[in-house]
Amino acid sequence: MPEQDHLTVTVQRGGPDAPLQPQTFQVPAYDNQTVLDVVSWIQQNSDPTLTYRFACRVGMCGSCAMMVNGVPRWTCRTHVGKVSKGGAIEVGPLRNLPVIKDLAADMDPFFDKWVAAEGMHHPTRTRHDAIEAIDPVASDRQEANAGIECINCSVCYSACDTVAGNPDYLGPAALQRAWTLFNDAKDADRDTILDAVSGKGGCHSCHSMGSCTTYCPNELDPLSAILGLKRATAKRFFGGRK
Amino acid sequence: MKVARAHPLWLAYILHRLSGLGLALFLPLHFWVLSYALNDAAKLDAFLTLTEMPLVKAAEFGLVFLLAVHLFGGLRLLALEWLPWSAPQKTWAAAAVAGSFLVSTTFLMQAI
Repeated sequence: MPEQDHLTVTVQRGGPDAPLQPQTFQVPAYDNQTVLDVVSWIQQNSDPTLTYRFACRVGMCGSCAMMVNGVPRWTCRTHVGKVSKGGAIEVGPLRNLPVIKDLAADMDPFFDKWVAAEGMHHPTRTRHDAIEAIDPVASDRQEANAGIECINCSVCYSACDTVAGNPDYLGPAALQRAWTLFNDAKDADRDTILDAVSGKGGCHSCHSMGSCTTYCPNELDPLSAILGLKRATAKRFFGGRK
Repeated sequence: MKVARAHPLWLAYILHRLSGLGLALFLPLHFWVLSYALNDAAKLDAFLTLTEMPLVKAAEFGLVFLLAVHLFGGLRLLALEWLPWSAPQKTWAAAAVAGSFLVSTTFLMQAI
């Protein structure tokens, strides 16, 4: 049985069209309950105007990330019992992104930077060529594999104080994507990737605070990916190859 | 909403930043006092008698602490950024450095 019948949930409300202000709700407490369950309960039973975003509810789609007690988290996989403080939770929209309304953040800047970091495939072959054989145990493949399970939830982007202080900074997710492509044998344009990540707001803006790696819900390591890009761009600058 | 940050990597970052800021503020004072060695030796000697005060001795301890923190913070960053080591390798390296400092500092304390 839960320790108490109700949770006290403070939700950050508002957006461009309404003043930002916290609103507190009393939500029934259950033994097994995620933060997304709590937010959904409020929307379904207490205030249907509460705006939030989710899709898969199983930690695959990356839609439901929010700030929970000051930490960015995937709310569908965050058990209330692990984050509530004395039966109270504070929920807000992701940090470092514009708020659309209530708990829904505008993800456009996050995905724009994904493109700006050349986080896109640069093919080595056309559809008319045979598929290239990839050695799964090659060291660069292992390096790429370490980062490809990113679900684009923007938790790392929201956790990063460098993003907060430098609006041009590409952020951990976009840079990690660039690093996976840089290590992909099927990517034909590594110099373009290094150009994209070594300019203003690129990997060298990172202060190695490590919040991205600490809070990544999929336990990925964007910090190490960014450090890899720093080494790769430095090696290219001094005339060496990868 | 107050943002929660206090994880070890962030604390290492902020310690490095604040110690650097403290040293940057100290350096002009340091050079200003040193300039008396060239221009006015008597004034320098008079100033250096301040170092007998307990408060100044405590401040000197603080200064050495800032220097040590900033030095090791810098070494940490260099290792982090330039050595593509795995996490266990870094843990073993840090343990080896800490162990060797323990041995060498104990030796130094015995010697003086």
